[in-house]
Amino acid sequence: MHAVALQDAWILAIILFGLGLIGVLARRNLVFMLMSVEIMLNAAGLAFIAAGARWGQADGQIMFILILALAAAEVSVGLALILQLFYRSASVDADAASALKD
Amino acid sequence: MSALVYLSAAIAVIATVLVVTRANAVHALLYLIVSLLAVAVVFYALGAPFAAALEVIIYAGAIMVLFVFVVMMLNLGAEAAVQERRWLNPGIWIGPALLSAVLVGELLYMLVSGGFAAVPAVAGAIVGTGGTATGLAPIEPRQVGIVLFGPYLLAVELGSMLLLAGLVGAYHLGREQPPEQR
Repeated sequence: MHAVALQDAWILAIILFGLGLIGVLARRNLVFMLMSVEIMLNAAGLAFIAAGARWGQADGQIMFILILALAAAEVSVGLALILQLFYRSASVDADAASALKD
Repeated sequence: MSALVYLSAAIAVIATVLVVTRANAVHALLYLIVSLLAVAVVFYALGAPFAAALEVIIYAGAIMVLFVFVVMMLNLGAEAAVQERRWLNPGIWIGPALLSAVLVGELLYMLVSGGFAAVPAVAGAIVGTGGTATGLAPIEPRQVGIVLFGPYLLAVELGSMLLLAGLVGAYHLGREQPPEQR
């Protein structure tokens, strides 16, 4: 039975986080940006769980549960904001939100 | 067992790349669900079965359904029917279906070969050099619950306040008309 090294789990977390970051920076559709934020939160949870498994403590999974609660709250408010922006400007482009300053 | 974990990790990365590069939100959501399921397999192999279950139930279940509902609400209009017809052609769902078929194959292989019993050994192998005996078993939900409602009780209370704030905020923001036009 061979090893799944801690480093490998962290490399996966780094790759997923980087992909999410690229998504936030490159996309202009707010739904896609919110999805990319979810990917980044998930990668952070993966890093916590890998660390918790490395030291055999439950704390990593508890941090994951808190991240899950944060993600749920963030997604509900974020999607409501996207809907509100869509009702007002008929667009989910992030640049459409620049009209907020007027 | 180890090869299966790396296969799941590869599926997660491929699906995530496809999420970021899709043009259609629903296609991206399908790939995102596959990515979350693959990460849940990695969680399980890391000795965190409770977190793997939460990942499937809450992330791939509840949060993604929220996304699907909002994408549905944003797609109202005459072109929705045309789009619906386009979604029915196999080119759309064949990619997510293939990736999740690989995950199902992994699950069946583990069920048949008794690979679930080997998970503690994998979790123990993670510890590597300098590990202690506490790291040799998966962390059970029981352990997580004891710590969660012991030293972390304040964090649970704060999390409940955060969820309440999210609920009230989403209710307030999600109404159809802008407030000044009511």
